[in-house]
This record gives sequence, structure tokens and C-alpha cells, in this order.
Amino acid sequence: MTALALPSQPAAPAAGARRIDRATAEPAWVRLALIGLALAFLTTFLFVPLAAVFYEALRKGVVVYARAITEPDALAAVRLTLLAAAISVPLNLVFGVAAAWAIAKFEFRGKNVLVTLIDLPFSVSPVIAGLIYVLVFGLQGWLGETLRDHDLKVIFAVPGIVLATVFVTFPFVARELIPLMQAQGVEEEEAAVVLGARGWQVLWRVTLPNVKWGLLYGVILCNARAMGEFGAVSVVSGHIRGMTNTLPLHVEILYNEYQFAAAFAAASLLALLALVTLALKAWVERRFSH
Amino acid sequence: MSIEVRNVTRRFGSFAALEDVSLEVCTGELLALLGPSGSGKTTLLRVIAGLETVDSGQVLFHGEDATTQHVRERRVGFVFQHYALFRHLSIFENVAFGLRVRPRSQRPPEAEIRRRVHELLALVQLDWLADRYPHQLSGGQRQRVALARALAVEPRVLLLDEPFGALDAKVRQELRRWLRRLHDEMHITSVFVTHDQDEALEVSDRVVVMNEGRIQQVGTPQEVYDQPANAFVYRFLGNVNLFHGRVQEGRALIGGDSVAVPAHGDTPAGAALAFARPHDIEVLRPRAGAQGIAARVEHVLALGSLVRVDLRPDAGNEVIHAELSREDARGLALAAGERVLVRPREVRVFAA
Repeated sequence: MTALALPSQPAAPAAGARRIDRATAEPAWVRLALIGLALAFLTTFLFVPLAAVFYEALRKGVVVYARAITEPDALAAVRLTLLAAAISVPLNLVFGVAAAWAIAKFEFRGKNVLVTLIDLPFSVSPVIAGLIYVLVFGLQGWLGETLRDHDLKVIFAVPGIVLATVFVTFPFVARELIPLMQAQGVEEEEAAVVLGARGWQVLWRVTLPNVKWGLLYGVILCNARAMGEFGAVSVVSGHIRGMTNTLPLHVEILYNEYQFAAAFAAASLLALLALVTLALKAWVERRFSH
Repeated sequence: MSIEVRNVTRRFGSFAALEDVSLEVCTGELLALLGPSGSGKTTLLRVIAGLETVDSGQVLFHGEDATTQHVRERRVGFVFQHYALFRHLSIFENVAFGLRVRPRSQRPPEAEIRRRVHELLALVQLDWLADRYPHQLSGGQRQRVALARALAVEPRVLLLDEPFGALDAKVRQELRRWLRRLHDEMHITSVFVTHDQDEALEVSDRVVVMNEGRIQQVGTPQEVYDQPANAFVYRFLGNVNLFHGRVQEGRALIGGDSVAVPAHGDTPAGAALAFARPHDIEVLRPRAGAQGIAARVEHVLALGSLVRVDLRPDAGNEVIHAELSREDARGLALAAGERVLVRPREVRVFAA
């Protein structure tokens, strides 16, 4: 957003520079119109809603706000959201690195199929994803009876929520790493092997250090999605308060019960999380580009 | 350490990168694999290193079959075309890498690693850059770091893929003389790939000329230059003029002129291709009774110690290139547009 250069930049003193400036720039009214349009768009669709979340959350005072985010059900929702992210992000980290390594550094049959599979969660609606898990693990599902016989509960329980979260965040790390690793080629890895390095040593000492910023970037995006996921989790959760409610689901329930202040208070936690993620992302991007 | 390659074939899909290639590299020699791009020279180098598998054939190190041996166990030093330095490690750590990844029982102590790395960096005259990172170095410096890194593991053979390919002309010249001196001091069996015939002829003990996945000729630089085995080798090693003519009773007949080719005394008469180097082309003023190919001077260019003359023959439209010494050129005082006679002093004939 800061990339929008304002026309009132200090004019270059040299006449030559000014002439070049004129040759490549649009007339002032075109620039003003374009910038105004962009700002109006951003204000309407981003800044106003974001401000509204915090305004609504605090409208009935700090006391109501504090009570809304410290009541047991809200805390349980926060805990469950953090738990789902804490399990799914490391899983995707391991899987993403393994998949990206295989795809970018080796040639094998079925590579295109694997790439397509990794992209699947991006192309499938999250609700469908949740439904798939209900059909497989639910009471009437394929594995329903077996699970019940062993007293295991997946759907309407924490495992289902983790599974759904893992599914929707599947591509984040791998998608971030594959183009980066492909661009870096395999020469450094070959050099390492010729010098006597074993597979693990190549991964730890050559491949991972070269992609560490890209990896961190992927993890941050993956984490943001894991905490904010609504659709897939909504289908498998069962919305049991204090048990299987994540933060986004908690917001929905409160809103449906006309507890607007509490709903916006919970939503403000998610919004804060998003802002922290954005800040982290910007910081990583700056490091990344060096 | 000698290397032997026996009947190696390697295909990529329907493209044959190597077709039944056999080659012996003697202990301590510096061998050049020379050929145009796509000739299979890099594939052959990678097969020797173990970075590429073979479809059939064998690779032997010192008489022992190494075909199925893993790259790690072959103990080769490999210098990559684009150096492949580890970009996140300092120059010191790049060179130390091969020592640090050894299993604990074989790993030298830290002090020994430091000593060895500094010794190698001193050898390539870059000790003062130990703390820098690869992106802070020039191309020539990176190249030398890559060499030091390859030597750190005390390889049995040294393999270099287009070692000077990405450098500018002056640095190339310096580095290849330096490599030759280094090899003379260390006597490590070395193979390097190049597409530059000057580089191959200047640096190596023996040259292997390759084309289309096959070895065309193996010999000392002088042998391949003076006695090329076939038309491809002749054309590839330096500039050349091609004449279509006939060979008959030990003489090549070219455009009304004839040149003795004793090597073809027994060849049955027939169409032939005759090749002559630019410095073997003689340019004469037309005189009564003088023989030669009638031509017109198209362009005269003085280049250092030589004068390069482009000549357009009356018959045919391929320009003949001649290189005259300064004295000869001064004696002739050629100017563009003048009519002259052209005679090849020496030709090599291959059946058409």
C-alpha cells in the first residue's frame, strides 16, 4: 500500500531529470484519479471493516470487552485454536519440506500427479473438505463403526478439527518452497554429495539454509490460515461450546445469539492475530530480499 | 590414479549423449574433453564423477570397477561450471565443507581443519577472503575457491566442467596458465571440459575431441592440430577454408590449380574435400603462367602481427580467408577490389 507514490515528490533540481520525469509520467489528473480510486477501494474494503471490528468490540466499554475474551468458553476456543495450529503447522512444515525437496530436486514418475494433489486443498471448497472427513470418519461413514468399536471419536471432536485444519493448510509450505528450490537448482546439492555429504547432511547444511526465509514465510502464512479456518472446521466441529469451538466458530455463535460486543471482541483477537502475522510477514520479506 | 571408461553408452530419451565411448586417462595427466555443445563431453565428465548413471559400459578407477560406486565414495574433486559455491557459507566454510561432513571417526580436529583450509586458500591466493561470502567475490575468485574446495578432500582425480567458461577473456588467459602450473606442481589426474579449442590446446597434455556422443580423436594438442583424424576435427580446431575438388594420383585439383598431397598417393581418383588453414593460403599477383584460383580482394584487416584478407573466388561463393604476415602483406600491398590468384600451400584431403 505504501508503494503508491504520491505525485508531490520533491522535484529533481536538474532540468534533464525533470524532462525524463515528464516523459515517463502521466498527467497530474490521471495520477490523482488513479491514486484516489485505489485509496477509496482500500478504505471501503479493508480499513473501514478493520476499524469497525475494534470499534464494535470496545463500544460497550473495556470491562465488557475484557469479560468477553476471558469467559471460559472464549478461553477454551482460544486454546483449541492454538492447539489446532500447534499440531497442523509442524505437520505441514515437515510435509512441505519433504514434498518440495522431492519435487524440486529429484526426477521421478508421477511428479505432476503429486504437484496436482498438493494443490487440491486450494481448489476444493473448505466445506467439501470438511464433508469428506465426515463421510470417512463420521458415525455413518466408512470407518465410523470401526472407530466406534475402538471408542475413538474423530468427528465432532478435536482430532477432526486438527485433520480439517491440516487439509486446508496442506499447500502453504510446499507451494512457497517449490519455486524457490527449483530456481536454485541442484548444483549446490551435487557439490555437497561429491564432497562426501550424506542425504541428511545435504538437507541440513545446504538445502534448508538456502530456503530458510522462504520456509519461515510459508510457516507464517500456514499459521494464519490454520487459526482463521472456518468452513472445513465448522463442518466437523459440531459447535460444542467449550469443547469443539475454535475462535472463528465462537465468533459465529456469539453473533447468531445477538451478543454483538462479545462477537466483535473475539473477532478482534483474530484481527490482531492477522495484523501480527502481516507485520511478521513484512519483516521476513525484508530479510528475504537481502 | 588412472581412469578408464569402457564402452559407455548413455541416452536421454531418444537422444544419445554418449555412444559406446571408451577412453583411458593416464595417471597424473591433464586431459581436455573438447567438443561443441551437445557433443556429450559434460555427460562423460559427470559419468566419471558418478553424477550421471550409464545405460551400459563401465568406469574403472585404477583398474577397479567403480561403475556402481556412489559419488560420495569415488573421492573425486568436481569443479562446477557455475562454481556451485554454498551461498550461505563463508569462503572458509565452503572450503572446510568436505572435511566437516566426514563421519566423526574420520573427521580431522578443528585446528587441523583450520590449518588445511588456510593452506588451500593460500594455494589459490585467496587467504585474505576467508571471511567473505561467495556473492562478494568476482568470477575468477569464485572459480579459485571452487578449486580449493574440491582439493580439500584430497581427491584421487580432479574433474572440471568448463572451468573458465563464465570468465572474461583476460581472466581466462591468466587462470588457464595458472591451472597448468598448479597441475605441474600437484600432478593430480585431471580432466576438464571445454568448447574452446585454444584452451584445450594450450592447457592439456592430451585432447579428446568429441562430437555427437562419440570420440573423434585422442592425441596430444600437436597431433590433433597437425594430423586431424577427420573433417570434423579439422574444422573444429581453428579456422578453415573448404575447397571442393578432386583427388588424383597424389594431387588435389582445386579450381585449375593442383597441390601435392603425398598422403593420398594411393587413393583412387574421385571427388574430395580439401581443407586449408588461413595461414596456409598464398596470395599472388596475377602473372602470365601463374596458376591458382582467380579471386577478388574483398576486405583487408591488419590485426596485430597478422593481416587478415577475405577473398571472393570467381567460381563458387564461399569466401576464402587468408592470414598473411605483415611483411608479405606489405610486399603485396593489397587493396579491396584488386584481382589476385589464391593458392593453398598445404591442404588436407578427406573423401567427399
